[in-house]
Amino acid sequence: MSGGEQVIDAPATRARKRGRWFLIGALVVAGSAFALITAGGIGKNLVYYWGPTELHAAGDKAVGATIRLGGLVAPGSLSRNSSGSGLEFDVIDRQGGRVHVHSTSVPPQMFREKIGVVVEGTMTTAGTFESNRLMVSHSNEYRIPSEDARVDVKKLMKSTNGLEPEKGKP
Amino acid sequence: MSVDDRVKPSAGPLPYALGAFGIGLLLWGSVWGLFFAPRETFMGDVQRIMYIHVPTAWNALLALTFAFGCALLSLWQGGWRWDARLEGGLEVGVVLSTLLCMQGSIWAKPTWGVWWDWDPRLTTTAVLVFAFAGILVLRRMVEDPGRRAVWSAVATVVAFVDVPIVYFSVKWWNSLHQMQSSPATVSSAFHWPLRINAFGILFLMSGLIALRTRVAALRLRGELAPPPEPVPGPGAVPSAAAFMLALQSVPLSGQLQGGWEFVVAAYTVSAVVLLGYATSVYVRYRKERTRQALEEAGGQS
Repeated sequence: MSGGEQVIDAPATRARKRGRWFLIGALVVAGSAFALITAGGIGKNLVYYWGPTELHAAGDKAVGATIRLGGLVAPGSLSRNSSGSGLEFDVIDRQGGRVHVHSTSVPPQMFREKIGVVVEGTMTTAGTFESNRLMVSHSNEYRIPSEDARVDVKKLMKSTNGLEPEKGKP
Repeated sequence: MSVDDRVKPSAGPLPYALGAFGIGLLLWGSVWGLFFAPRETFMGDVQRIMYIHVPTAWNALLALTFAFGCALLSLWQGGWRWDARLEGGLEVGVVLSTLLCMQGSIWAKPTWGVWWDWDPRLTTTAVLVFAFAGILVLRRMVEDPGRRAVWSAVATVVAFVDVPIVYFSVKWWNSLHQMQSSPATVSSAFHWPLRINAFGILFLMSGLIALRTRVAALRLRGELAPPPEPVPGPGAVPSAAAFMLALQSVPLSGQLQGGWEFVVAAYTVSAVVLLGYATSVYVRYRKERTRQALEEAGGQS
């Protein structure tokens, strides 16, 4: 507007132009970081747990190594060990994989059949997964008791994390 | 100097009105959620933590998105106003994200069985807290307002990359944390307390950002006008309450019994953090106003 204001604005205008270069630089860095994480290989290397199928595919690599196994507690597979040294159950995934688990930790109260679990431990040569840390993975469903009858196993499995490798697959 | 005139914070009652309305909604939604909403089939009473945890999550990401917008505008336009708003959004976003981790941890213990695990959702959220808290530290350390504005805005744009990653982490990777719920996966009996609290935190957060922005703007006015005077601000760090729960023999029914102590803990922590932070912002605002008034009176005499 007036000449006086322009004089005062002069350093600010310079800073503004520098700021825009910084903005472009920041957006380029942020954009490439995002692209690297989403499209690049980083995502595939960040594995929190393996499903039973992936565990079997790993073969001998899973024996002795500390790994996490995730999946659904198979219906009808849960039992207390007769010697009282823990729990026995099978963990299944949607691809039909099944791993027998022996867990020596006290499970949280939410633990039951047909619920998602993540167990930490290792595979034995006998084919049993020995675990000393059991975590219950809750689905994204929250129901009042009367509506619970409608929830069938298939739906539970569908909503349990990690059991869907890709959306849309049966 | 007219440069400091560009940061002219208003003194209206809007932040207080927003905050009071938000707290009112939070009381309404929380009383509904705690005492009138039905219990969840398997999670029982512990599921009530949802009514405070989920709104905190939504609004924490929203506050950081607001900060991202401010950073873009601060760099593009170069004004001080956006720098002050950036500071407000950053701090409120960090407080909400930290609270989010505390509530989540309290919820995780009785349900998952652990306070914390390095799953993708939790890890990326921890990265979020530390990245944005680091930007706040950066702002405290850089004394030149111009450099501080540019550096912290650039850092905010870069750190914001983590926000969509936090959101999509449960979709992209195997995680202990469940995927996003939708109205279809949550009984309608649970919807209203959740909605009311979501708006409650939204209003409280808006009021807090507005007031915290004033604190930043007042400080910037002082910094930009000679003589500069350093202003100490209290750094209120919420301390996490430690709880111990001995898990005894488990019935394997899958139904979580009791657990009210976790619900009480989650709501107490939320109330202490939100109200404590609101008090801290208000105290800092009064301090800045007093300092400003003294400075202006001193300049006139």
